[in-house]
Amino acid sequence: MATFTLPRNSTIQQGKTYKAEAGAKNVKAFKIYRWDPDSGENPRTDTYEIDLDKCGPMVLDALIKIKNEVDSTLTFRRSCREGICGSCAMNIDGLNTLACLKPIEDVQGDVRIYPLPHMPVVKDLVPDLSQVYAQYRSIEPWLKADTPAPPDEERRQSKEERAKLDGLWECILCFCCSTACPSYWWNGDRYLGPAVLLQAYRWIADSRDEHTGERLDNLEDPFRLYRCHTIMNCTRTCPKGLNPAAAIGKIKQMLVERQS
Amino acid sequence: MANDHAANTMLRSPLGRVRGLGSAKGGTHHWWLQRLTSIALLPLTIWFAFSAALLAGASYEDTVAWIGRPWNAVLLLATIALVFHHIASGIQVIVEDYANQEWTKMSSILAVKAICALLAIASALAVLRIAV
Repeated sequence: MATFTLPRNSTIQQGKTYKAEAGAKNVKAFKIYRWDPDSGENPRTDTYEIDLDKCGPMVLDALIKIKNEVDSTLTFRRSCREGICGSCAMNIDGLNTLACLKPIEDVQGDVRIYPLPHMPVVKDLVPDLSQVYAQYRSIEPWLKADTPAPPDEERRQSKEERAKLDGLWECILCFCCSTACPSYWWNGDRYLGPAVLLQAYRWIADSRDEHTGERLDNLEDPFRLYRCHTIMNCTRTCPKGLNPAAAIGKIKQMLVERQS
Repeated sequence: MANDHAANTMLRSPLGRVRGLGSAKGGTHHWWLQRLTSIALLPLTIWFAFSAALLAGASYEDTVAWIGRPWNAVLLLATIALVFHHIASGIQVIVEDYANQEWTKMSSILAVKAICALLAIASALAVLRIAV
């Protein structure tokens, strides 16, 4: 059966507290999940008190401040700090989002930060994404056409055809949605998850692609596709405001259409 | 891990594990019938609940006579077929979600289908005995 409780070596313990410097007026506590595979210890939550008057507005600013000034062992991924690379995806205040797009002031009380749920943790806030990357690879996310491209111009698309890709191409593969999906938690080894299914639909919906039927064949599976029960956590959590649930719905609709 | 081809093969590449046994090329029919039965059951359930409420306090003879009327019997049989089909496919989805061992999954789904089929036949027989 699905496992609902954490194994003993995964239960989270109370960690250290790093006090704000004396004289700080605008203090906010950041409670951050810490786990070091080399220490052999259980994971813990460390508390960092940060003076918001000396910190940028976003949660990522606070994480970088902590790493630079308080505790250099804190480990997290970040790169672009403007919501386009998807590196700093994590669970902040109970919702998966990008630390760089999440204003600190939007969080009431302490800011609780955990890695993306239900993924193997490499260290601290860094999840192991090899499975989702392999799932993304498995839907062959590239244009597949047997007709050669015109020799001296691009493959053409009408404005209406191009418009069908809006709301799909913007996905940055941060995997906030997949890791927010209970179905993906229970059956992530076989269910592709909302992020990968949205990407699969991105190529199904592309008028230049000539392998639509083959793509649908590969998705038509009780586990790969039909573990989606329209729970809608994916759409609720997407930091880019996309709707993976709608994309999955359209895949199901096409699978029914081609039978009738 | 739900299937042996995904688990117990730690040295297999993530892509090999994800591709697993390939697509089952099925599931659409199951999903579509689940939607259709739920839509069809909306009016049937309202009709059944409404009729059952009207029969509250009616005598045994009146109730049997009501079931025996052709249209009532036809609608009751339709309700029975759809209800048990819907129950079986709904529970199958729950089992597939939560049962992790292949043998528990398969045996539970078969047991659910068998129980639902027997209950459906028994209910249909009850209606037919009265109506025919």
